[in-house]
Amino acid sequence: MSWIIDHLWLIPAVPFAASLVILSLSKLRRKSAVVLAITGQVVALAMSVLAFLLTLQTQGFRVIQNFTWFTFGEQTLRLGFVLDPLAAAMLVMISLVGLCIFVFSVGYMAEDKNFTRFFAYMSFFSGAMLGLVIANSLLLLFIFWELVGLASYLLIGFWIERPSAAGAAKKAFITTRIGDMGFFLGMLWLYNRSGTLLFYDGGNGCLESAGLALLGASATFIALLIFCGAVGKSGQFPLHVWLPDAMEGPTPVSALIHAATMVAAGVFLVARVYPLFSLGAINGVTSSLTIVVWIGVTTALMAALIAIAQADIKRILAYSTVSQLGLMMVSLGVGGVAAGIMHLLAHGFFKALLFLGAGSVIHGCHGEQDIRKMGGLRRFMPVTFMTYAVGMMALSGVPIFFSGGWTKEEILHATAHWPPSHVPYYLILVGVVLTALYMTRQIIYVFFGNPRAAAERAHESPRVMTMPLIVLAFGAILLSAVLTPAWPWLHGYLAGEPTYVDVARLIQPMLFVSLALVSAGVGVGFWIYRKAGTQDGGRPAEVDPLEYAQPALFRFLANKMWIDELYARTVISFSWMAARFSDWMDRYFWDGLVRGFGAIGQLFGIFTTSVDEYGINAGVDETTAGARGLGRVMSTAHSGQIQTYLGAIAIGMLALLLLYAWLA
Amino acid sequence: MTPTLQVFLIVSAALFSIGLLAALSRRHAIFILIGIEMMLTAANLNFIAFWRFSPPAQQPVGVMIAIFSIAIAAAEAAVGLAMVIAVYRHYRTTNVDQLDQLKG
Amino acid sequence: MVGVITTIVLLPLIGALAVCLWPQRNGRPIALIFNATSAGCALGLWRNFDTTTAGLQFVERHTWIPAVGAEYLVGIDGLSLLLVLLTSLIIPFAFLAQPAPDGRAFYATMLVMQSALYGTFTAQNFILWFLFYEMSLIPAFLLIRIWGGQNRDRAATKFFLYTFLGSVAMLLSFLGIYLARGTFDFAALAGFGKSGLLTGKLAWLTFAGIFVGLAVKVPLFPFHTWLPDAYQTAPTGVSMVLTGVLSKMGVYGFVRLLLPLFPNEIKVIGPWLLALAICSIVFAPLAALAQRDLKRMIAYLSINHLGYCMLALFAVAASPVVAARIDTHAALSGVFMQIFNHGITAATLFYFAGLLEQRRGLRGIDDFGGLMQRTPLLCGWMSVAMFSSLGLPGLNGFIGEFLIFKGSFAIAAAFASIAVIGLLVTAIVFVRAMQSLFSGPLAESCSVFPDLLRGEKFVVVPVTLLMFAIGIAPQFIFNIFNTTVVQMARLFA
Repeated sequence: MSWIIDHLWLIPAVPFAASLVILSLSKLRRKSAVVLAITGQVVALAMSVLAFLLTLQTQGFRVIQNFTWFTFGEQTLRLGFVLDPLAAAMLVMISLVGLCIFVFSVGYMAEDKNFTRFFAYMSFFSGAMLGLVIANSLLLLFIFWELVGLASYLLIGFWIERPSAAGAAKKAFITTRIGDMGFFLGMLWLYNRSGTLLFYDGGNGCLESAGLALLGASATFIALLIFCGAVGKSGQFPLHVWLPDAMEGPTPVSALIHAATMVAAGVFLVARVYPLFSLGAINGVTSSLTIVVWIGVTTALMAALIAIAQADIKRILAYSTVSQLGLMMVSLGVGGVAAGIMHLLAHGFFKALLFLGAGSVIHGCHGEQDIRKMGGLRRFMPVTFMTYAVGMMALSGVPIFFSGGWTKEEILHATAHWPPSHVPYYLILVGVVLTALYMTRQIIYVFFGNPRAAAERAHESPRVMTMPLIVLAFGAILLSAVLTPAWPWLHGYLAGEPTYVDVARLIQPMLFVSLALVSAGVGVGFWIYRKAGTQDGGRPAEVDPLEYAQPALFRFLANKMWIDELYARTVISFSWMAARFSDWMDRYFWDGLVRGFGAIGQLFGIFTTSVDEYGINAGVDETTAGARGLGRVMSTAHSGQIQTYLGAIAIGMLALLLLYAWLA
Repeated sequence: MTPTLQVFLIVSAALFSIGLLAALSRRHAIFILIGIEMMLTAANLNFIAFWRFSPPAQQPVGVMIAIFSIAIAAAEAAVGLAMVIAVYRHYRTTNVDQLDQLKG
Repeated sequence: MVGVITTIVLLPLIGALAVCLWPQRNGRPIALIFNATSAGCALGLWRNFDTTTAGLQFVERHTWIPAVGAEYLVGIDGLSLLLVLLTSLIIPFAFLAQPAPDGRAFYATMLVMQSALYGTFTAQNFILWFLFYEMSLIPAFLLIRIWGGQNRDRAATKFFLYTFLGSVAMLLSFLGIYLARGTFDFAALAGFGKSGLLTGKLAWLTFAGIFVGLAVKVPLFPFHTWLPDAYQTAPTGVSMVLTGVLSKMGVYGFVRLLLPLFPNEIKVIGPWLLALAICSIVFAPLAALAQRDLKRMIAYLSINHLGYCMLALFAVAASPVVAARIDTHAALSGVFMQIFNHGITAATLFYFAGLLEQRRGLRGIDDFGGLMQRTPLLCGWMSVAMFSSLGLPGLNGFIGEFLIFKGSFAIAAAFASIAVIGLLVTAIVFVRAMQSLFSGPLAESCSVFPDLLRGEKFVVVPVTLLMFAIGIAPQFIFNIFNTTVVQMARLFA
């Protein structure tokens, strides 16, 4: 079993290899592509489970496998893999959820002409994410981080012939890269201070006491810069704008991005480098963690509000992901690392479930995504409805039976005791109510009421798509077995503490708070939306009840608080201006200077030319012209007739004689 | 009439003048050649005359020069005639007015 | 006895003659044979190169013009070898990329340029070096002037005058140095650098002359305006050589001449030099963002990529305190790595731009659309080159950039932080280009494009594999120059 420790790298390598092989296959070999991708995923899952079992052996299990990547000058750059409870839990979640999504995709993408390429990208995505969680070096983590970004770029823009998909992919790539630049700088700074990027290195790693001691006050800045990366990848405010647009990708991609990979990476990153955030904490509070909390709260609340006013079934889920990620960040910020990761794991299951359910709905409704055009689907798609309801309840945080309820409770618990302020706690309570509300709204619109335009020819999806839904639904429920306060096994596992069974702890005040909030949310939801999709009083059928009551507020929320527009007016137009300015400077200013110099040279040239032409050259020209004229005159004497010459000689002699005679 | 130097010189000058006139005025190449030969003959006559009437001489210098010159004149006439024939073959004429290829 | 370096330098010249005397009009086969032979010699050089010792190897030294201290002195260290290998790689690649223009003159000119490049990277005496340096300029001028596209007259003249003026300034400076120090030998001159090569105004004058000469060649902002015109106008193969190898002559000059000779001067105006590098890094990709012409866009990104090299070099040289050894090593290794990687990647990008131009007849970004549907292979491989250029980990571009930033951030954190904007904008440029070239509905004008042909695959695949190889396991490249890095780092210690 310890074989897996020496071969940790195989876990990401297998999906990568599958991806490469699929890419080199012909477009027509769809079956081989599926077999390869799913085999890769199954192998990764098997190895992940092996690794997971290994970590169960001891409390606080951690093994590292470091190796030298390359030597530059006399220095070496080392990378490594680590296996600890955090990594192992993530491995299992990613590969399991990933496998479900892969199987679902076989049905969902069956009609697509680029079927093989889809599975290649998906395998790549999964491999990159698996590599990310076992990286024992911030650099290696960054490498996989970027590969995750690449995979998301390729998959969001998978339907490349649609301009909107290409735009969304571009937006995702650029927005996350903005955060990544912060991450990059943070990494450089960390490398600079601690001299290593290895997390754990037998006491010399940057997350171990010796390494942390070197950081000093810069730890706050390093942590915040690294957090920028997490903000980008995990869709936190203000870089959340890409995540809803990423819905342009095929639905399984959304499921993968929102549940198992990509967005989980940001939360995981913060959890992984948590010692940097908590360095020098007083009472569990540092300035970097405080910022994490406030960004998380803002994101959670803002996204939940926006979700209420969305009409696209996937967009609602997208904003719910943003909101849930905010919640996880809050949890990490207030010190509940285990709670945050537990929520991440549980969220992985139920959000994949919800997205795949949404995919099934869209598939059943022949590509329609507008919830106002659905309705009454529970009769046509019973399996999808049942599993979706499980996901909805888990997301809303219905206690006792659903994993999301327990983890949410734990987060609330952690937040309630945050020393600096209680505001985040209250805001999160509001967020919980809103979550229940918008999920209720969605369920009512989609599954209840009268069937509307898109629901008329709806049908249940094939078994290959419903089976993953059932598996994930069971996962979302069964996971709660290890989450209850009565036996908080997962908490203990992640935090490295022993756990024991204590049924008495099952009943806590927070349980009732949670129950009350969820009931409030669901109840209000049912009350508001009981007649959604039908004509009611003065309200036409297609108008949302909330929109009828508060049109201005609804428009504000439906337009995503105009944040996209704000960015378009400010950041994007500014960068365009900068681009045009640079181009203009280059073409006219710098090149103008050059041309100016050139012109001076040319002027000088003209001057010297004229001196040459009219001064020096003119004299020489005259002389030559004179010589030529003379030559022309003289040449007439050369008639070529000997007698002329002879005559000339005779005359000459005569003249000489006469001269001689005259002189003598 | 005693033969004096003067008589010889007059004959020689006449001969030269006739030769020159022939060389300048005739258009036929052979006549020009003949004129040139006459001028040469005038010169030879001068050499002999000056030798004969000069103070007593030890060596027959004038005669030698005249003989030498006649020999050269013979060679020259041969070459000249050959050239005239060559020119005639080439241009189908010996009229020197038409042979003006040397003109500048 | 003619040594191996001389053979490498002379072979392309002989090849140029052979091409001229070749009875057939198409000179490509014979040019390629000579290319391959000299590349083979370069590989042999690499095989026999001792990576454990610093200093020059394969040295050939003959007196030449003793009166002016000119010697025939050639030899290679790690950096020279790296560039010789790069030249051997790029020139045949460029030959294959060029749709054969008529006549043999093109190939002969290119071969002359190859010889000049080999000479530049191996000469160790200024006079000899300068001879080769200038010798590369004339073929480049002719190649742009005769075989270029629109506005070639203007572009070629601009290129020539710009670089030539720079060279003249450099030559004058070196004459000044010679008069003061009496030698042209690089190693000997570097020995004087530490204690100040010259003093007073003369030092600054000579520094400025050499600086301008090299900055034009790199090019460094604001001496770069010849580059977009020249790269845009030159035929594909020539653009590849210009960006792949010729631009490296400038960086090479900085490493070999300016940094060792004028350490004190650089320290004084270090922040200004760093600011120039930052301008190259930030403004060039922004300008690229505004370009519609594919080749011009890549040209601007070349300025940006070489800006990173300048950033690291200036950071190391201008560091007010002695930088930690790891940072100096990282910066120098990063620069060398970046030189090599940029050579491959930028040349490949130009190659792809050429392929698109051959198919479409135009090369505006907006002249294409939806290519992914028609030519998936072309798009796929081209994307690899683009991602390599924007520094995606796993491909070659990342290694150099990471080390450059590692080194310069430690020494000049503020400048390195600003330079990160360049990384971001480069990504935006490429992603935007990919969007408008590959995605969306298939443009009418592109609907009959052939995908990569066999001959093209034969070129693309090995180069791309090399990018992956360097990106994943770069040690074999580092081995070439590690000892040189260590030796050069001592200069700054």
